[in-house]
Amino acid sequence: MKILKGIAVSPGVAVSPAIVLDSEELVISRRIIAPAEVEAEVARLHAAVEKSVQELTDLREKVSQTVGEQLGAIFDVHQSILNSAPLREEILNLISHEHYGPEYAVSTVLRGYGKKFLAMKDEYLADRVQDVHDIERRVLRHLIGERRQQLVNLQSPHILVAHDLTPSQTASLDRSKILGFATDVGGRTSHTAIVARAMNIPAIVGLETMTAEISGGDQVLIDGDRGLAIINPDAETLEKYRLYVQEAKRTEVDLTSLRDLPAITRDGHEITLYGNIEFPNEVTACLEHGAAGIGLYRTEFLYLDRDEEPTEEDHYEAYASALELLQGRPMTIRTCDLGADKFTHVTGEALERNPFLGLRSIRYSLRHVDVFKTQLRAILRASVLGSVQILFPLVTNVRELRHAKMILNDVREDLAEEGVAFDKNIKVGVMIEVPSAAFMPRQFARECDFFSIGTNDLVQYTLAVDRLNERVADMFTPAHPAVIGLMANVVNAAKAEHIEVAVCGEMGGDPLYTLLLVGLGVDVISTAPTAIPEVKRMIRSTSMRQARRVAKKILTLESDREILAYLTEVSRTILSEAFGPEEEEEER
Amino acid sequence: MTIINRQGMHARPAMQIVEISNRFKSGIKIRKGSMVVDAKSIMQVMTLEAVQGTVLVFEAEGADAGEALNALAQVVAEKFQED
Repeated sequence: MKILKGIAVSPGVAVSPAIVLDSEELVISRRIIAPAEVEAEVARLHAAVEKSVQELTDLREKVSQTVGEQLGAIFDVHQSILNSAPLREEILNLISHEHYGPEYAVSTVLRGYGKKFLAMKDEYLADRVQDVHDIERRVLRHLIGERRQQLVNLQSPHILVAHDLTPSQTASLDRSKILGFATDVGGRTSHTAIVARAMNIPAIVGLETMTAEISGGDQVLIDGDRGLAIINPDAETLEKYRLYVQEAKRTEVDLTSLRDLPAITRDGHEITLYGNIEFPNEVTACLEHGAAGIGLYRTEFLYLDRDEEPTEEDHYEAYASALELLQGRPMTIRTCDLGADKFTHVTGEALERNPFLGLRSIRYSLRHVDVFKTQLRAILRASVLGSVQILFPLVTNVRELRHAKMILNDVREDLAEEGVAFDKNIKVGVMIEVPSAAFMPRQFARECDFFSIGTNDLVQYTLAVDRLNERVADMFTPAHPAVIGLMANVVNAAKAEHIEVAVCGEMGGDPLYTLLLVGLGVDVISTAPTAIPEVKRMIRSTSMRQARRVAKKILTLESDREILAYLTEVSRTILSEAFGPEEEEEER
Repeated sequence: MTIINRQGMHARPAMQIVEISNRFKSGIKIRKGSMVVDAKSIMQVMTLEAVQGTVLVFEAEGADAGEALNALAQVVAEKFQED
């Protein structure tokens, strides 16, 4: 058993044999052959090795002539590894005694050595793992040849392990046979993360050495809640997770019964619960979990999953299909939030020293007015198909808001002139996610129709903590009194100016904070669909009076630990009270 | 024998060790502390992680054991024609 820690980007737990996909899309499956096949398979192995050796001879010749003798000599090493009698013997043993298919035998033996190199302190020797991989790939290419197993034709469920997944790879996946993803590289906004969330399967990225540690066919357990990948888990671990999943399923079933009930406190205050989406088809999952609409449509994914800048029609079609699924329910579209950790080939990966403090989000849009106008036109055109609001991200001063609104007005005028219909009363909101905006919210409130507090960035900028940096990630918490103080300030300003205030960050999806948010006076909570039922249960278990008391008390506490301890305690008490006889009475 | 070349016994030196060892009929083992590997297996020799300064013990058993050890001692002393 081997446990690797990465970044959890899509929740859930899955256990299955791994299918390891390398950059050449070779798939090595754990295949056991019949004793009668051994001879033929051994012959196949020899042929593949001979072809590989021949290829290396040619390659060595070519490289020596074009690049130099030094580099050519590397292929001598590869050749001598392939010709090594003891190594061949090891592989042959696995085929004739263990009845492994030759692909799996080659892969197992070479990866075994690869792991040894990887564990070495000497950097030069540790890098030899690359040579071992190269040799493995070469032999596998010859072995698999036309018999290359297509991902499309998987016979049974697997967990897909890869260095990184490309859009074309995921496009060809038989999604019904993939239970989870684990990749060496990537972040929360990597392609793998996005696709996994859209497919609603667990995924972990940034595992660094996953493809080197695993062989195809190894059992792997993906814990997308904690960011753990466990290779060949032992019986005890499997049992622990079986119970964990069972428990989670039971809660899920309990919670779906809440779907059609309103998110209303015991004393009759209704909180609006919305879902966050990245793709139009996610609307369905939101509605299934009881969302009353979409509170945050992250449109930058329109830019990230294609090779060209999206056209106005691309935008329009995406918004139109989401609105069609929503059937009149409201949807807040956030304008493009590119930059920082989200780049397109269009913007190019600009070399900024501090990308999170750089040209991102609304700053980028205001600098690239054409790109911005394209999106605004599409949003306005789609606004007649349902109930649409516009949200500007990362606004740091009032001038930016005015500038963005001015551009929006230009687009309105253009459309009016062209005689194109749009919602003339479309609401414009500001995302409060920078301390500067949270410090002076009234000025913003006077010039917009609603607020949406983006807690992820607000926490990151207030506490100066990059949560993707594992060395400081433990300091990232929305429970810091400064963050909560700023949020209270924002909610109060919204109340004073009579505008609606929403919370759309991950804090909104954590039921631990529900009491606090309700008590502060937040009108709308928008979150990942799977989090909606639990948040709703919390809302239905408390009263506004109680929540206000909790929020008031929290504003007097001085550290995140005290706040978390208090919230944990009071949430538990409220839930246990709610699951007493009173809840049953309500249901009768 | 002490490995004296700067880069240690990386891929190419390992290859030389294996080539030389394969010229002889004797069984040849290389010992590093408690670790023992077959000198005729390139993968095993590489996994010795014999960086500069590592002390290795070569053991040969067979008719041409002496010659084999001489040849191996020579290539190590010559720093594998590197540096």
